[in-house]
Amino acid sequence: MNSQAHSSKLIAGATGDWEVVIGLEIHAQVTSRSKLFSGASTEFGGAPNSHVSLVDAAMPGMLPVINEECVKQAIRTGLGLKAQINHRSVFDRKNYFYPDLPQGYQISQYKNPIVGEGEVLVDLSPTEQIKVGIERLHLEQDAGKSLHDLGANDSHVDLNRSGVALMEIVSKPDLRSADEAKAYVTKLRTILRYIGSCDGNMEQGSLRADVNVSVRKPGESFGTRCEIKNVNSIRFIGQAIDVEARRQIGILEDGGTIDQETRLYDPGKGETRSMRSKEEAHDYRYFPDPDLLPLEFDQAYVDVLATDLPELPDEKKARFIAQYGLSPYDAGVLILERAAADYFEEATKGRDAKLVANWVINELFGRLNKEGKSIEDSPVLAAQIGAIADLISAHVISGKLAKDLFDIVWLEGGDPAKIVETRGMKQVTDTGAIEKAVDEIIAKNPDKVEQAKAKPTMLGWFVGQVMKATGGKANPQAVNEILKAKLGI
Amino acid sequence: MSDLTRLTLAEARNGLASKKFSAVELNQAFVAAVARAKSLNAYIVETPDKALEQARASDERIAKGEARPLEGIPLGIKDLYATEGVQTTAASHILEGFVPRYESTVSANLWRDGATMLGKLNLDEFAMGSSNETSFFGPVISPWRRKNSDAKIVPGGSSGGSAAAVAARLCLGATATDTGGSIRQPAAFTGTVGIKPTYGRCSRWGIVAFASSLDQAGPIAQNVRDAAILLRSMAGHDPKDTTSVDAPVPDYEKAVGASVKGKVIGIPKEYRLDGMSAEIAALWDRGVEWLRAAGAEIREISLPHTRHALPAYYIVAPAEASSNLARYDGVRYGLRKTGKDIVDLYELTRAAGFGKEVRRRIMIGTYVLSAGYYDAYYLRAQKIRTLIKRDFDLAYQTGVDAILTPATPSPAFALGEKGAADPVEMYLNDVFTVTVNMAGLPGLVVPAGLSSDGLPLGLQLIGRPFDEETLFALGEAIEEAAPKIALPEPWWA
Repeated sequence: MNSQAHSSKLIAGATGDWEVVIGLEIHAQVTSRSKLFSGASTEFGGAPNSHVSLVDAAMPGMLPVINEECVKQAIRTGLGLKAQINHRSVFDRKNYFYPDLPQGYQISQYKNPIVGEGEVLVDLSPTEQIKVGIERLHLEQDAGKSLHDLGANDSHVDLNRSGVALMEIVSKPDLRSADEAKAYVTKLRTILRYIGSCDGNMEQGSLRADVNVSVRKPGESFGTRCEIKNVNSIRFIGQAIDVEARRQIGILEDGGTIDQETRLYDPGKGETRSMRSKEEAHDYRYFPDPDLLPLEFDQAYVDVLATDLPELPDEKKARFIAQYGLSPYDAGVLILERAAADYFEEATKGRDAKLVANWVINELFGRLNKEGKSIEDSPVLAAQIGAIADLISAHVISGKLAKDLFDIVWLEGGDPAKIVETRGMKQVTDTGAIEKAVDEIIAKNPDKVEQAKAKPTMLGWFVGQVMKATGGKANPQAVNEILKAKLGI
Repeated sequence: MSDLTRLTLAEARNGLASKKFSAVELNQAFVAAVARAKSLNAYIVETPDKALEQARASDERIAKGEARPLEGIPLGIKDLYATEGVQTTAASHILEGFVPRYESTVSANLWRDGATMLGKLNLDEFAMGSSNETSFFGPVISPWRRKNSDAKIVPGGSSGGSAAAVAARLCLGATATDTGGSIRQPAAFTGTVGIKPTYGRCSRWGIVAFASSLDQAGPIAQNVRDAAILLRSMAGHDPKDTTSVDAPVPDYEKAVGASVKGKVIGIPKEYRLDGMSAEIAALWDRGVEWLRAAGAEIREISLPHTRHALPAYYIVAPAEASSNLARYDGVRYGLRKTGKDIVDLYELTRAAGFGKEVRRRIMIGTYVLSAGYYDAYYLRAQKIRTLIKRDFDLAYQTGVDAILTPATPSPAFALGEKGAADPVEMYLNDVFTVTVNMAGLPGLVVPAGLSSDGLPLGLQLIGRPFDEETLFALGEAIEEAAPKIALPEPWWA
């Protein structure tokens, strides 16, 4: 399966179907304690200008020194993208004036990035997967932040972000719909979080996207593209693509042409608008930064990092299917977050994996979602959900009681087995007790017994009565069997 | 007590060690000399209190027998070096009043070794110039004058303040920097010794950048021994400058006086320029004879790409400068001229803050890096640079230990005499020195004679990478053989 144009992805226009072509440039903030070229902290949310070194403020005579941790993170990410790792890369200066760019240039990688071509497998559904090509990954500095609303006549600059390391991950123009783009970003984010090279936090700006959009009639060559800058949520990425594709189709169907330009998406108005035209584009005057030697390392350096790489989402999913017999869908849901996958594996140790997966996905994830909690904050620990599964498997509690038990553990904690014991939640499997209850109900309801003989679905009514009589603790299977025998159905 | 300012650095060091005078006495003598020499305009800022305070501490250490290598030695610091708590301007209006909260690594190394600071020395604005006439704080006047003339002579540049201060005995040594000849040309013009060490030998951290791939710190001093003593303290690896080299720093002073017998000296034929003055040609020939007499073997060599060096330099250096100087934008420090918006602020600040030569080089540099011109200019210049470096590599591979050339195509000139109409006339001063920066090699200039009108002339020795020791040995051999050039008597005081 690959990114062939599927009819479902095409956009119907007045003159026929259109295909949208999308490429993404993801800016992912590298997880590291200090900045790309200075020792200042990268912590989010400090007081303005509290994480600024002399280098970040571009004081006279200051020099950048590469932070090796950021280099390692870029290599690790490159390995996660199955990409070529370039043993020699070069830092260049991208020159332009802006108040939040203290040096007057951004240190980036232009012609020789640290990571070359790679690929990402993106699941569109349990049965449909596309391969998205990675063009390159390079390291660069983030800029500071201009604040224009603090005073009536003056602007302020916060340099806390200035110099923070970013990985720019450029995809090939392999995406054909907003849904594909969203799925790609989601997958990329999952990979980054697995590797631990970016926290993927879009609200804090740790992951931003520049979205390149063009449209064409299927089979034709690429159209002129527009770049939508700095989109900061997966939902907005999808919206921006749809809106921009529609805009371009409208222009083309009216006989117009697309101007190559940079645009901004306004989620409030649901439109993109021009930021600057091709003519207004900066001449960045890239040249190799003479303050920094080319970045060089050998294969052994890469090999060590590769050895320490965690199992990645695709491998984990395949293993979950093979090892635990899970469905591709369940495996896909469980591996979305590494912590959740780890949680599942701990919970399912020595247990019925399908049962545990069900409980983790339906009960736990459902509850976490509802309460806006992450797996790390889950009040129910893996061992506890495992214990609940044990009680179900051993027929100690019924599924219904298990849900009550889960609720108790969620709210109060504790050892599930003990809770069942102390609160008398134990399922009654003593057939004598069940038989006694069944006999009593049959004796009290001769009319219903007659009806049931003619209409076996009446069995459900009897089951309900027995459960009621036993406080819900009777083993439903046993109840069923005994009832069937006694009613002769 | 005789005038302590007439000592060399080594003599002063020995005098302090044997307690013939105190560090305070020594520094007081220099403080007074600096105060009397304002007409030379060598210093932008004088720091007499700092020098005397440091000298008192030095006396205490000497008394305790804890003297460091430069204990109590008064130095001048080129105002391109950031000095903590002392105004640092790069001789530019745009940084006037800027007081760093940090100390450059090289100056910090000097204080670590016990030196004292007399003040900040004048220079061409952002080290761009060969006559010290582009300084926002006015030109430096050389202590040298032509025979029978009162015309004001330039000390060379960009380290004009450093060279003039050493020649006028306004310090025992000075820091300087060299991007295309800014240590060596002023040294040649003032009868002093200057060495631009191998690129990476000294840290660039805390030195205002001109052209990062060419800039290198080095000393200017009265003689080869003093320069060797200073370089030992200045040099060394600095983790804050990744282009600095992690290699041990030798005791350069030990190389001074070492035999040069058997050393192979290359004489590059391409340096014998068309129209070279007979005076310079004769000086060069005498240098060859002195080294031969000292036991060196003389060999003609070829450095075929030499003639491309100057044009290539004037592409690479402005290109890097245009980017390095972008940070002076009026936003965070230094001069700010406000206008209607941020673009106005940039334009007004930079137009007011930068002098004409700096603006010219920013424009040249911006141009050669522009889309469509990058390949034709910057990329080709870098290729030429590789070829120039290879020329030297090949010469050294054939067994050449060092190369002897003239330092400058002429002696010093009078203020306003050159470059007013055609900047290239000024740029040609660097014709013998830029190749060394382009190849990242060490270059030493020693005084070798006087011109017909009585101004100093120098010879340049170019060495193998990180072989400054051979240069000091050969430099001292020339110093010994050449007629002794007495520094000028203080007509300015």
